[in-house]
Amino acid sequence: MDQFYINLLFVGASFVLYFGIAIWARAGSTKEFYVAGGGVHPVANGMATAADWMSAASFISMAGLLSAGYINSSFLMGWTGGYVLLAMLLAPYLRKFGKFTVPDFIGDRFYSKGARLVAVICLIVASVTYVIGQMAGAGVAFARFLEVSNTAGIWIAAGVVFFYAVFGGMKGITYTQVAQYVVLIIAYTIPAVFISFQLTGNPLPMFGMFGEHVESGLPLLEKLDMVVRDLGFRDYTADVDNKLNMVLFTLSLMIGTAGLPHVIIRFFTVPKVADARWSAGWALIFIALLYLTAPAVGSMARLNLINTIYPNGTEQGALEYSERPEWIKTWEETGLITFEDKNGDERIQMYNDKNEAFAATAEARGWNGSELKVNNDILVLANPEIAQLPGWVIGLIAAGGIAAALSTAAGLLLAISSAVSHDLIKTMINPDISEKGELTAARISMAVAILVATYLGLNPPGFAAQTVALAFGIAGASIFPALMMGIFSKRVNNKGAVAGMVAGLAATLVYIFTFLGWFFIPGTNMLANTPDNWILGISPLSFGAVGAIINFGVAFIVSNATEEPPVEIQELVESVRYPKGAGAAVDH
Amino acid sequence: MADDKSQAAQYWSTNLRLILGSLVVWAFVSYGCGILFRPLLSGIAVGGTDLGFWFAQQGSILSFIGIIFFYAWRMNKLDKEMGLEE
Repeated sequence: MDQFYINLLFVGASFVLYFGIAIWARAGSTKEFYVAGGGVHPVANGMATAADWMSAASFISMAGLLSAGYINSSFLMGWTGGYVLLAMLLAPYLRKFGKFTVPDFIGDRFYSKGARLVAVICLIVASVTYVIGQMAGAGVAFARFLEVSNTAGIWIAAGVVFFYAVFGGMKGITYTQVAQYVVLIIAYTIPAVFISFQLTGNPLPMFGMFGEHVESGLPLLEKLDMVVRDLGFRDYTADVDNKLNMVLFTLSLMIGTAGLPHVIIRFFTVPKVADARWSAGWALIFIALLYLTAPAVGSMARLNLINTIYPNGTEQGALEYSERPEWIKTWEETGLITFEDKNGDERIQMYNDKNEAFAATAEARGWNGSELKVNNDILVLANPEIAQLPGWVIGLIAAGGIAAALSTAAGLLLAISSAVSHDLIKTMINPDISEKGELTAARISMAVAILVATYLGLNPPGFAAQTVALAFGIAGASIFPALMMGIFSKRVNNKGAVAGMVAGLAATLVYIFTFLGWFFIPGTNMLANTPDNWILGISPLSFGAVGAIINFGVAFIVSNATEEPPVEIQELVESVRYPKGAGAAVDH
Repeated sequence: MADDKSQAAQYWSTNLRLILGSLVVWAFVSYGCGILFRPLLSGIAVGGTDLGFWFAQQGSILSFIGIIFFYAWRMNKLDKEMGLEE
């Protein structure tokens, strides 16, 4: 059967599954629309959270990021360590609070419309930035595997999400996410198992990575260090010099993860406080299945690629262009692999031409610049072809990549639409709106959010590529500290919280804009984005953690200089701390 | 009702101590073993590289899972002991 039809079959079958779930899980009340009725089993919620969390970027791009070596370990620790913070510092108490959105808690706890509004704005900017990447990712996956245009791909993705998110709300999204998790984890692991087995004889990638490279008899990572060193790259396992920046970057990713509203609201859907705690653990297990595999895929795919280009070892001549394997030809057509014969010897040299210390060696070998450009996404997308796996595995990757993009997009869209319909319309503009009216408003907000996301996916603005800086920076510097102080301090008041959130946000944005341009407009940056210019060597992507510290500091100083929060607010704080009803904790 | 109040205070301080202890482990495995102390751990070989590399790529994640389940188990038990479960 032609590969196109296999892909169509797999993607089509997964869509039929999602539609079936959507019809079964229609939302009949606002509680069902916002929090799936609050009756989701903790393990099911763990799976849904994993799919919600693992985006097109996790699925398609992360192995490529990790293939740079130890230096990018921050992504692994940062995007998982946040769940420890969620499990202990936020999820159980916010579940006890028992409302529908993140700004709901901030608005009530800090008894302030201003705080609620700041929270809504932060939520929308972070989530919109994030969702553009998902739409674009879905577009790429459709375009590559189903031979439609990028534009058509984005419209199809929007249509599918529209179907189950508008009708089913959180209820529809939750159960489709469970199905999407299953699809994406199978799709991700199968090629990884084959590749690990081929290279190391160990079918479990996470062990294979630290195992022996069968062909050379050396440990895999030692072999990898050797071949990349031979081509002028940094050792794969080389340590980094700027540890402060690595620590802050990891911390920013962790608190950003814990502060992202689309992740937090998943924990509102479980029945009890105890379930919220378990559920965070299950979520991390399901996430770890992919995150423990990704570094293995990154390292093994990099070794495979180098072995393909230098079939007789890096000392010998590179592959002749005319003899390149089929998969390189396939991906050349998409532009994700490009070849330029700079020294005219009709062979493919790939090496680090930016390394000045290596220039002499390269010249002695007759090389005139690296000739192959490989997009990072290839490592996952072309994995089955590199390992010569059967066609159905490619079909699985297609369905998995699309599942990863759709599940995250749906979660983000729900966070956006519930903030609009619940926090803006119901709480701030028209408190008298009926339950039915609010449900309609929620559906309309969802539809509008999907249209906006589709438009931005088709016409990505400059900030679309800045998910890490913008979404994680805002969530970490603004939302996470506000939530944590709201739970762990009775003393922080409305003025302190608003001042803290604004200060943390402003400091982070100014630092990011200084190096990446005002509102990411090219050419408007005041300093070049190079490590020499960074204050204390802190990259703009690592500044979220500093912004959070500023937020905490300002909030405490301002709160202590102003009046205590009212008694009923202190009672509210007491009540979220204890799983049982508020009466047990507060003396009446 | 005074009993309730002191019991609640005890519940909360136990929770805070548990969180603090868990966060120490959380920071130790990631920022400690995975980043800052990696040079100190370079003598311990793990599969072609060193222990710090393993912590940064796998050990920290496995530890995080352990921390969350330990915390959930302890707190859910504490809820029951103090009669504070839902």
